[in-house]
Amino acid sequence: MSTPLLKVENLRIALAGGGATYNAAENVSFEIGRGEAFGLVGESGCGKSITALAVMGLLRRPLSLAGGRIVLDGQEIQDAPPAEMRRLRGKRIAMIFQEPMTALNPLSPVGRQIAEMFVLHQGMGWREAMDRAEDALRQVRVPSPERRIKDYPHQLSGGMRQRVMIAIALACGPDLLVADEPTTALDVTVQAEIIDLMAELCAAKGTAILMISHDLGLVANMCKRVAVMYAGRIVESQVSDAIFAHPTHPYTRGLVDSLPRLGERSRRGRQRLREISGVVPSIAAYPAGCRFNPRCPAVTDICRTNVPEITPLPADGLVRCHHHG
Amino acid sequence: MADMLLSLDDLAVHFKVGNALAGGVKTLKAVDGVTLDIKPGECLGLVGESGCGKSTLALAIMGLLPPTRGTIDVGGQQIGRGTMPDRMEMARTVQMVFQDPYASLNPRQTVRRTLADPLRIHGITDKAEVEARVIDMMAKVGLRPEQADRYPHEFSGGQRQRIGIARALILKPKLVLCDEPVSALDVSIRAQIINLLLELKDELGLSYIMISHDLGVVEHVSDRVAVMYLGRIVEQGGWQEIFEDPRHPYTRALIAAIPDPFHRAAISAQAKAKGEIASALNPPPGCHFHPRCPLKADLCVAEYPPLDAVAAGHRAACHFRDRVI
Repeated sequence: MSTPLLKVENLRIALAGGGATYNAAENVSFEIGRGEAFGLVGESGCGKSITALAVMGLLRRPLSLAGGRIVLDGQEIQDAPPAEMRRLRGKRIAMIFQEPMTALNPLSPVGRQIAEMFVLHQGMGWREAMDRAEDALRQVRVPSPERRIKDYPHQLSGGMRQRVMIAIALACGPDLLVADEPTTALDVTVQAEIIDLMAELCAAKGTAILMISHDLGLVANMCKRVAVMYAGRIVESQVSDAIFAHPTHPYTRGLVDSLPRLGERSRRGRQRLREISGVVPSIAAYPAGCRFNPRCPAVTDICRTNVPEITPLPADGLVRCHHHG
Repeated sequence: MADMLLSLDDLAVHFKVGNALAGGVKTLKAVDGVTLDIKPGECLGLVGESGCGKSTLALAIMGLLPPTRGTIDVGGQQIGRGTMPDRMEMARTVQMVFQDPYASLNPRQTVRRTLADPLRIHGITDKAEVEARVIDMMAKVGLRPEQADRYPHEFSGGQRQRIGIARALILKPKLVLCDEPVSALDVSIRAQIINLLLELKDELGLSYIMISHDLGVVEHVSDRVAVMYLGRIVEQGGWQEIFEDPRHPYTRALIAAIPDPFHRAAISAQAKAKGEIASALNPPPGCHFHPRCPLKADLCVAEYPPLDAVAAGHRAACHFRDRVI
């Protein structure tokens, strides 16, 4: 593999609260190649969103970067000064958020918010930038962009707003698009359209995607490789097809088995869903050893005391379990 | 029909919105002519996207919104225009499980009080009996007796939903409306709650209306399925017919929109819907789905298709219900 576009190494994110400091994410490492779509999957609180924020340089109190390296295209950016990060954001790396209504400026017409990208990052004049904004809206398939450009965010539907977000994010042709639950707030038929649109535009522009989601199916569909996070650590990473066919970590296996999948009942009749017992631990009470051990069906003594090492799997995969295979 | 637990006959719920002085009053047809039956012990899956009227339908069945037209017959009680039901009797017949268990539980009441109050209100004054029924119900939903004196914030999301289910069942209702009961829960917890709901249904002989946008869940739990779009049922039938031989293009679009990492679904990508859901305030003429439909013809713009039979028990409101794709 040539130099990856993004390399995250041993990332540690600290959360300060109640007089103590916790590791909200630790030992997080992954690489994304140029133009590659990479997915980060996990439940709420597992550390996936803060990992994305760390890549964007957007961690704020009580969260802070406590260790590790973030390398974008050969350049270390974890300690880059705020002014440097501001230049990178939008131009080289861009982000889409879950709720477009809260991410867009409610007091500014959407065309202006897109045009701003060209003015700030490419030094374009406003008139030319507004023309380009109209093109950008057309590209994300907003109907009658010449009128929509003057609309405020509240005049658009949720799907249209997310299209505007995508237009802003992709305006300057970034190398990396970070998408944090980009379709969770949308209806399913609209979700399908937005995902297709994102995948298509990024493929056309050669933009890599870091997709964050709780929906393993959605991510596996869109991304070439997937990493699964649990309680602040990556527990497994594999090629998307393999993660469904051969989930190796007990947590991943539990996730893949526990969800009712379309068509399953027709093929095999209604089976009782396999449950993952217990609950996700809170950050203040992460168990010692493997953090999945209280819920794991294959738990042994070593799991309760020793943090499992990373074991490589075929095709650049990895798993963090004492009893894999 | 005497053997039905619930019968809706041409039910409509309209709202007046807007202001006579500013822009004029419009009629929002949230539910517009829905006819449905549910047998005792049956689970009906109700599928649709935001704004399709499924929540309004649920509130009307609960007796909380007066119908504009048509009637609801639930467990022998009539609800119609101007005839509102006896609240106490309704509470013993129909109950609801909400999406967000935290928002729907009183944070200042212990579990015991949340479960005991309805019993007292409904005339069970014997302390020992109230206590016995509370503990029994807690055991049924998988909570321990010593948890009775705790408050909602002391529980995890999954456990809170168990409390929500216990509260819905404490008065031994015949019909339970489950409004997205697992959408707000962590992915690894969902299987537990789905299994619990199915077990309770068999044990207590309940009927469910399962409102969900997650087709995997709906297919897993439902005996019959109804699909709603902009206030009307566009297709209904047995779960197998709906998922294996869907006849309405909207049903097909919903199924096609599900990320399918196994590429197992029978529905191809061409079935995906275009564009966005129209506003219920101003639905398109003719078939409401026509602007998004791959099968659109002139007839679809001119006439709303009747909900006609495809086979016994399977109906679809599409002019081209017999066209096989």
